[in-house]
Amino acid sequence: MTAAARTSLDIATESLPGNCGEIWRLTGEWVNASAVAASKRLEELGRGQGGALEIDLSGVAAMDTAGAWLLRRAITERQAGGADVSLTDREGANYADLISALPEKLAEPGDGDGERKTLFERVFEPVGRVMVEVWDDTVAAMFILGSAVRGAQLKLGRQSGLSPAAIVHQIDRMGVRAVPIILLMSFLIGAIIAQQGAFQLRYFGAEVFVVDLVGILQLREIGVLLTAIMIAGRSGSAITAEIGSMKMREEIDALKVMGLSPIGVLVFPRLVALTIALPLLTIIANFAALLGAAFVSWSYSGITFDTFLSRLREAIDLSTIVSGMIKAPFMALIIGIVASVEGLKVGGSAESLGRHVTAAVVKSIFVVILVDGLFAMFYAAIDF
Amino acid sequence: MDQVSAKQDDVVLSVKDLTVGFGSNVVLDELNLDIYRGEILGFVGASGTGKSVLMRTVLRLLPRRSGAIRIFGVDFDKATEEERLRLDMKLGVLFQHGALFSALTVKENIQVPMREYLDLPQAMMDELARLKIELVGLAPEAADKYPSELSGGMIKRAALARALALDPALVFLDEPTSGLDPIGAAEFDELIAKLRDTLGLTVYMVTHDLDSLFSVCDRIAVLGNKKVMVEGTIEDMLAFDDAWVQSYFQGKRARSIVRNA
Repeated sequence: MTAAARTSLDIATESLPGNCGEIWRLTGEWVNASAVAASKRLEELGRGQGGALEIDLSGVAAMDTAGAWLLRRAITERQAGGADVSLTDREGANYADLISALPEKLAEPGDGDGERKTLFERVFEPVGRVMVEVWDDTVAAMFILGSAVRGAQLKLGRQSGLSPAAIVHQIDRMGVRAVPIILLMSFLIGAIIAQQGAFQLRYFGAEVFVVDLVGILQLREIGVLLTAIMIAGRSGSAITAEIGSMKMREEIDALKVMGLSPIGVLVFPRLVALTIALPLLTIIANFAALLGAAFVSWSYSGITFDTFLSRLREAIDLSTIVSGMIKAPFMALIIGIVASVEGLKVGGSAESLGRHVTAAVVKSIFVVILVDGLFAMFYAAIDF
Repeated sequence: MDQVSAKQDDVVLSVKDLTVGFGSNVVLDELNLDIYRGEILGFVGASGTGKSVLMRTVLRLLPRRSGAIRIFGVDFDKATEEERLRLDMKLGVLFQHGALFSALTVKENIQVPMREYLDLPQAMMDELARLKIELVGLAPEAADKYPSELSGGMIKRAALARALALDPALVFLDEPTSGLDPIGAAEFDELIAKLRDTLGLTVYMVTHDLDSLFSVCDRIAVLGNKKVMVEGTIEDMLAFDDAWVQSYFQGKRARSIVRNA
């Protein structure tokens, strides 16, 4: 079959003797690909003016539901106008059967809410929705925190639901495997801060104070903040994806009907693991950053490692280290809870999984930075 | 047998000496199979014998070691790009779990192949999608629902509607009635038979449902020992001498269907 024959479809019309109706002789292929042409040709023929209509299908090369449906629609229209329609087929073809097997018209779906909203409603409805959502998130976060504290499972006669194996496994995944990237990132951050600090302090002839700058900044703020952001991206997204896909496949429901609390079984070990892993990672990050800073101070400003160390000892005290480290468990809890809340909100579709993973990472990074700011204000207020 | 030889020119899908394996494990060994125009072929076999592997190999989702697969007389390996496209348009597949795109509504799911292959205005696609929805017996309200809002039976019907979107000539159904209640399964069988009669479909159906095998399948093929052990009508199955085939078609469940038929 050539390409030309494929698309050429036509209807030749003839009047019946005595002008009591007409005959349509259909030719060509009445298929999906030619549906536009078919629809146009049928529209040209119009509604007719009653009387008999004979449709001769013997010239049709091929017909599928699209072609048959267009004819069916035209026939229904003619019949509504009082025409008497008959179909004749070629020997061995069943196009007429196909046409008559189709429904006369498509059922209309029930009316949706067609009401137009007022401007006030259209502006404030989304605002209200966001507020309710924030409140729901808060309640869900409190629920998760509470359930996690309450313990893992409801087994009869067993007090503790702590499962060390699960926690150690999670620490390995979220903590140990994050060590290389945290090391590399912090080393570079420390080096960059030291380099920029050294360049600026050089104007004042106070290059050696770059050690104070890097030491205090890294230990109080940057170390825990960047580690938390990295872990939010790395482990927060993993937690949401894991819990979300378990939710999608009814695994969460399976846990519930077994009498296990999904929060206890899934969220609790991850929360505990994060709370242990994040402070440890922060310590590693701090060491790496100071090493990076020492290296850059030596190569750009000629500050030897001995000078660096003695200057560092003078610049920082225990409170500098503690004020940074205190924040780490809070950050870990925030990341874990936000990721779990988003994971449990995943619906049935792959798209919703993606949306909630994104939301988990964005929200946890935002809250981590917000809380870091609150801590800074708090420390300033109590002069810590 | 006469009937079969008369239909010889009308082979829609022919599989010759097909060998498929993974590593050292050969799943299908020199398998031969023909499917004729307008028939419903039921494909059975014990779990793990490679029914799905065969279907996936025919659909080119799995690589094969040797053998030729001809669909509508065209060998895919030697086909040009355009022939392949034309061939793909003639195939429809209903996956076991529906495989509907979860981010799209039922209507949009049906329109995906139309959008990719045909150049139709949106109004026409909407109309055709609604026609398909009606043909598979779904309520018109289902058109704007997402797959996660549908029941198991509705998902199968919606997936069938998508498989039929381009009016394929050959339809692959992977366990179409699994997970449906017996009444829903019987309705689905009837639907497939009706669509075969009106649209002139050829149907390749992997199934474990004895009711489907007895009621709608024209021919049955049994997969075993890495080959098609036997193919033919239900009578051929009942007469065939093999322990698995015997217990499958003459077991307690099968006998009650035969008795009632």
